[in-house]
Amino acid sequence: MIWLAILLGAAGTYLEKLIGFILPATVLDRPIVRSIAGLLPVALLAALVIVQTFATGQAVSVDARLAGLAVAIVALMLRAPFLVVILSAAITAALLRAIGVAA
Amino acid sequence: MELPPPRKRAIRSNALGIGIATGAYGLSFGAISIASGLTIWQAQALSVLMFTGASQFALVGILGAGGGIVAAVLTAWFLGARNGLYGLHVAPTLQLIGWRRLVAAQLTIDESTAMAVAHEDTPAASRHAFWATGISVFVLWNIGTALGAIGASLLSEPEILGLDAAIPAGFMALLWPRLKDRLSWAVACAGGLVALALIPVTAPGVPVLGSALVAVAAGIWVWRRA
Repeated sequence: MIWLAILLGAAGTYLEKLIGFILPATVLDRPIVRSIAGLLPVALLAALVIVQTFATGQAVSVDARLAGLAVAIVALMLRAPFLVVILSAAITAALLRAIGVAA
Repeated sequence: MELPPPRKRAIRSNALGIGIATGAYGLSFGAISIASGLTIWQAQALSVLMFTGASQFALVGILGAGGGIVAAVLTAWFLGARNGLYGLHVAPTLQLIGWRRLVAAQLTIDESTAMAVAHEDTPAASRHAFWATGISVFVLWNIGTALGAIGASLLSEPEILGLDAAIPAGFMALLWPRLKDRLSWAVACAGGLVALALIPVTAPGVPVLGSALVAVAAGIWVWRRA
C-alpha cells in the first residue's frame, strides 16, 4: 500500500515537472493558473500544520504537539535554521511528556 | 559562451551551501518517514523518485496519520503543481533536448529554479546555477534522508523523542517563507480553519484536500480583480 502511494505520487509529481518543459508556454502560462498554483502550497501547508498539530485520527486534541509548534514559530521568528526549528519542537514535546505536563 | 571562472566558483559554492542546508531538511524527512511507519527504503525511494520536499513530507505525514493513499497522493500532487510552472520558466534558458531534458525536469524544484532566476542576466550563468544547485540538492537531500532514516530506525519509540511534534514544525518551516503578504496570510488562515473544521467530520487526509478549495477560490478572486 505504501509502495503504491510512493510510486503513484512520484509518477505524478515527475509528470508535473516535465509538463513545464514540454507543453508550449501559452497553454500553461495563464494568470489564473499562476495565481492558483502559487496559493496552493500556502493553503495545503497551513492545513498540514493544523492537522498534524491537532488531529488524532478524527478527534481534535490539544497535546504536547501544540507546545512544540509554538516553540517552532518562535524559532522561525528568530530566523533559526530548519534543523533547529524541528529539534526545538521535538525537544519541547519530549520534555513536557517526560515531566508529565502534557500527553 | 564560457563563464568566467570566478563567477562559476561563486555559483558552485552557493549551490553547495544550499545543498547542505537542504541536507538538514533531508535528515528530518528521513527521521519523520520512519516515525510515520515507512521503511528506510521507502523513505529513500521518495527522495530519489519524488524529489520535491513539501510533497514528500505531505505524503508521509498523511499516510502516518492514517489518511489513506488517495488523500496522500492527491495532496502530494497538488503541492507539486508549482514545479510545472518552474519548468515553464527555466526551459527557455536551459534549451534542452533528449535525456538531458528528462533529467532537468526531475531537478526542477524551488531551490534550482530560484538560483537559475537569480542569474537570469546571463543565460550561461543561469544554466550553470540550475544544474549546480539541482545536483547539489539532489545528492545532499538523499544523503540526509538516508542518515535520518537509519538514525530514526535505531530508536524504539519515536514518540518519546517528540518526533510527532517535529512533523507540524516541519510544515510550519516550509510555510513560513511563503507568508509574505496579506493575501498569503489570509489564505493560510482560511486553509487552516477549513482543515480544523473538517477533522471531526471527514476521514483523515480529507481536511488537507479540503483546504485546496480555499486556494482555488482565492486564486480565482485574485484573477478576477486583476
